[in-house]
Amino acid sequence: MKFLVRLLALVAPLSLAVGAELRGTGDLGVVVERAEGSVQIVDTTRRTRVGRITGLGDLSHATAVFSRDERYAYLFGRDGALTKLDLLAGNVAKRAEQAHNSVGGAISQDGRLLASSNYTPGGVRVFSAETLERVADIPAEYGNGQLSKVVGLVDAPGQRFVFSLFEAGEIWVADLHDPKAPKVQKFKAGKEPYDALISPDGRYYIAGLFGEEGLALLDLWNLDAGVKRILPVYAKTDEKLPVFKMPHLEGRALVGDYWFLPAVGHHEMLVVDRRSWEVVKRIPLEGQPVFVIARPDDRQIWVNFALPDNDKLHVIDTQTLSVVKRLAPGKAVLHMEFTPKGEEIWVSARDDDRLVVYDTETLEEKARLPADKPSGIFFTARAHRLGL
Amino acid sequence: MVKELAWGLLLAPMVVHAETLKAERQQQLLNLLKQDCGSCHGLQFKGGLGPPLLPEALSGKPDSTLIDTIVNGRPGTAMPPWRGFLTADEAAWLVNQLRNPQ
Repeated sequence: MKFLVRLLALVAPLSLAVGAELRGTGDLGVVVERAEGSVQIVDTTRRTRVGRITGLGDLSHATAVFSRDERYAYLFGRDGALTKLDLLAGNVAKRAEQAHNSVGGAISQDGRLLASSNYTPGGVRVFSAETLERVADIPAEYGNGQLSKVVGLVDAPGQRFVFSLFEAGEIWVADLHDPKAPKVQKFKAGKEPYDALISPDGRYYIAGLFGEEGLALLDLWNLDAGVKRILPVYAKTDEKLPVFKMPHLEGRALVGDYWFLPAVGHHEMLVVDRRSWEVVKRIPLEGQPVFVIARPDDRQIWVNFALPDNDKLHVIDTQTLSVVKRLAPGKAVLHMEFTPKGEEIWVSARDDDRLVVYDTETLEEKARLPADKPSGIFFTARAHRLGL
Repeated sequence: MVKELAWGLLLAPMVVHAETLKAERQQQLLNLLKQDCGSCHGLQFKGGLGPPLLPEALSGKPDSTLIDTIVNGRPGTAMPPWRGFLTADEAAWLVNQLRNPQ
């Protein structure tokens, strides 16, 4: 044991405080500081920052996924860089320039492959999670050979990645059992899918459509049935408001019998029956929802908003289907992340340069931490969840 | 053009000319440009869901078109109208910032 401690000290002499002691990573996470191109490594037990890694490029819309040993975070930057961060050593383990413009990524069911969702060149590229070497390239070709931007990329059971093509209006399912020869199935989805989610059990893939009403649903247990259109709920007379920020769809919005989905261009959230896909209720909100995320025990839903209502957070009770608390964490609330069992939530307030931690039972503020234009918050517990 | 100026006047009664924009307002606008426009066009304006806004990408596009796009959005695309957040004069100032990055 002592030898290991000494070895760690030798290997990473400039490492974080965390590197000096033996420790796990289950209560760690990363916070993206989008403008500065840096990430903070945070400890959710002690509610503190334990490290900061800089020089990571354009991190607008940057997302992170985790190795299944929860030691490494893989960060997908807007500028196409893919960075493997070592949370224990507090440094960059590997870095690859994988595309020119990227919007996110996913890690495979077995943890061995990473996939990037790219705008330029439009498509998906697949990498070894260990070395970041590229193992496959799936250009999102459509029409006369144009490339489509790719959004809504998730991992799915069966060593698959599922994603949507914005311009092409398609959903593709790629089987990576043989990484050198991905098997791709293509489905017509609808006009301009802008993001997508996969249900926590990995069965349903749902893409939100920007160019028309409704969502595209693909049952991964029954691919032969193809895409089914759901929720064309708004009549043409209901004027859609301008959308200053695209909503994000997350599988964590499935609670018991209901999906909680953001309405695009409307100040409300849709509560949808998981079997009939009928709208059970529209919950009025004070803005256009962006993220709709259930607390891990499903008792609450937390929602943030697009401009100009992006200084608010609403908490919805899943029993009464109503807003029970309105919070004001700061200016430009971009993201929130629950601790693994949900007793606390971390919130980023970009234009106030801070993170705010709330107790989700009392809804009282527990802590504030400084951060430079923080956006995405990602905790290691994501490592063992499908679609995260 | 007259129409969107009128909109700007309606929504922001204290319209100021671009050259007289207060330093504080300039900072707000630059923050809006980088952070909120950047959400779709990239923090470095190299493009995202929206097209790039780098000087070479904008060359050949007249100011009036760009200002109109900012103020009124582009119907049928994801570009929303920003007239509730800034005036046409302020949009013109932002176009100038994009054409002549610091």
